Amino acid sequence: MPYDPPAVNFDFSADQKALRDQARKFLAEHASSTRVRRILEGAAPYDADLWRGMGEMGWMGTAIPEAHGGAGFGHLELCVIAEELGRSLAPTPFASTIYLAAEALLLAGSDAQKKRWLPRIAQGEAIGCLALAEGAQVATPANLSTRAEGARLTGAKVPVADGDVADFAIVLAAEGAGRAGLFLVDLKGPGVTRASVATVDPTRSHARLSFDAAPAEPLGAPGQGWPLTERLLDRAAVLVAFEQLGGAQAALEMAREYALGRFAFGRQIASFQAIKHKLADMYVGVELARSNAYYGAWALTKDAPELPVAAAAARVAASEAYYQAAKENIQIHGGMGFTWEFDCHLHYRRAKLTGLMLGSARRWKDLLVSRLEAGAA
Amino acid sequence: MDFDDTREEAAFRTEARQWLAAHAEPKRGAFETWQSRYPGREGWDGLERAKAFQSQKAEAGFAALHWPAEWGGRSLPPIYQVIYAQEESRFLVPRGYFEIGLGMCMPTLFAYGTESQKQRYAPAALRGDEVWCQLFSEPGAGSDLAGLRTRAQRDGDDWVINGQKIWTSGAHWADRAILVARSDAKVAKHKGLTFFFLDMKSAGIETRRIKQISGASHFNEVYFTDVRIPDSQRLGAVGAGWGVAITTLMNERLTSGDLRGPDFEEIFGLARATTLEDGPAIANAAVRERLADLYVKTQGVRLTRFRTMTALSRGETPGPENSIGKLVNAPKAQEIASFAMDLLDMGGVVMDKDVAPLRAAFQESLLTSPGGRIAAGTDEILRNIIAERVLGLPQDVRVDRDLPFEQLPTAR
Repeated sequence: MPYDPPAVNFDFSADQKALRDQARKFLAEHASSTRVRRILEGAAPYDADLWRGMGEMGWMGTAIPEAHGGAGFGHLELCVIAEELGRSLAPTPFASTIYLAAEALLLAGSDAQKKRWLPRIAQGEAIGCLALAEGAQVATPANLSTRAEGARLTGAKVPVADGDVADFAIVLAAEGAGRAGLFLVDLKGPGVTRASVATVDPTRSHARLSFDAAPAEPLGAPGQGWPLTERLLDRAAVLVAFEQLGGAQAALEMAREYALGRFAFGRQIASFQAIKHKLADMYVGVELARSNAYYGAWALTKDAPELPVAAAAARVAASEAYYQAAKENIQIHGGMGFTWEFDCHLHYRRAKLTGLMLGSARRWKDLLVSRLEAGAA
Repeated sequence: MDFDDTREEAAFRTEARQWLAAHAEPKRGAFETWQSRYPGREGWDGLERAKAFQSQKAEAGFAALHWPAEWGGRSLPPIYQVIYAQEESRFLVPRGYFEIGLGMCMPTLFAYGTESQKQRYAPAALRGDEVWCQLFSEPGAGSDLAGLRTRAQRDGDDWVINGQKIWTSGAHWADRAILVARSDAKVAKHKGLTFFFLDMKSAGIETRRIKQISGASHFNEVYFTDVRIPDSQRLGAVGAGWGVAITTLMNERLTSGDLRGPDFEEIFGLARATTLEDGPAIANAAVRERLADLYVKTQGVRLTRFRTMTALSRGETPGPENSIGKLVNAPKAQEIASFAMDLLDMGGVVMDKDVAPLRAAFQESLLTSPGGRIAAGTDEILRNIIAERVLGLPQDVRVDRDLPFEQLPTAR
């Protein structure tokens, strides 16, 4: 079992809350529903103006050390920003670039790799992505068909979030003998072709990346690709949990507002217990997810030995709370919730997308129990 | 964000820990309770020992940390109560004797009693010399407490009480009680109530134990036949009893303790120790998925409590979002009990303590956990509280609110 902390300061600081307010205000203006819908309807793969604005706010460099051109704050500040991005559904490659690509470089990049990419990421001038999945199945070290030979990659990865717009990719590839490695590939280099892929959530663009002897640099030690990927996914799980939390909270608030404003049978539908209890259950789900996410944030910031368990719990709780809130938000809106015009479907799509992007809750539950077993052994 | 005490909190924690080490015994196993250690004479032996412990605790200043010094407290913020409770949870200490008096009755007396009443009753309650109980629920008034029917009739300087209360914890050994009764049935139900305190040894009071489905008896029925209470023991105005009862109930949330039965740790241990048809239970995918769900809920509630403590530590008031703890934990306790028995398959039915794992704690919990979902706010009432007080949703339509009480329908 996890250790029982004594008493506590288990919340964000006043400065971090001020950052949250500032982020919320910025996103209310620059990532409004109208702006999100432009991307939904195919105007562009992501909102480049918003992305530029986020760069000017310095968000990309939040957790990147000053030595690499970042602001050198910690991951708590990044969690605060993630929650607001999730709340607003901001259609940008932030998760791919920051939680995955930049974190991978920070975890395992050589000095030269960090020097080349981190300052550009921090400035908002480079987009990165993580290429793991190979079609409609769980990717494991044993079933990867993308392979590395010498310093070249051959194979295909799909779906890759932001693969269509990224400058570079971190790619998991087989190295032979059941081993896998992570590789850094310049997507503007030779041997790379990319094609957009339709997903359930068009506000986040996805691609198929094909490599034909594409030049690739190893990231981290050879054969260490899978353990490294697991560490990377743990870190990202906490950050994505905050996006999910923001989305879940927004869906709960939408449902509440609608239930207060909608009258049926001569009264507000929010006065019916069938609706009140549904909203109460959504609230409980969100609060349990929030508490698990906070613990993940603490473990991530301290790089605590509790991180693997805390990250898995945060991922499971947030994935389920967001899906529950998004799904029931449609239900509470009734027929209107089922229309393109209302925003309910934006959260419903994003909930399912974020619930699968780092692996399903089903798989994280299994991981969670394995980690508890290891801790109790 | 961290899990460290402030300097003052750490010093207090050390003081509490040292005092407990010197005055209390460690538990012999996670589920040991004061009553299971001292079961003699239907709990009376436990009561006498509990009073002795309580008097030392009061002497050392730990019995009511947030009370003002003049009543034996230390005027400390609520976070210190949480810290003390954390430290105390490692020891075998009395539970279920003084919480109602100190946590619910005294705060009501402080709000509505006279100076001399406070001086007479508060120190005695603090030292454990007098045990209090709370006479609220009735057979026909549980979640709808304001529907209570026990009558209070004015007679000179006294009130005369007739009727029946139920689910009264500790009534069989209580010295004093608080009571809410109907003084006027011709007005709407919330408006005709009056609040009193009384001596449980008064003539005309009869207490009967209730046997629960587990076989244990934690509660009582209390019958009143022409019981006389002097008007000087009325708290609040005539007809204003509902507001007084709300004061009491607001304090209940702070008092209701943890249900201590098998939790995640125990079901996880059982899954590791039990073999199913296809190997260890812990290796079964369906079992693993449920364990993960239970862990996430358990952690969620624990960590939510740390967020509450943080608010307390910062001097903020935690809101009714506290109610999610019981709403999640009570059904979870029932689920864990039932799930554990499923893992044991046909053998799961056995309650023999020498045969069943953990001395039949899961089977015991199957029979006690339904009560957790009902006592101190049913699951349904807690959802209403969250919906109304946290989410700000409107109350349900109340067809009985403005009708005279005597005209309300009571049966089909």
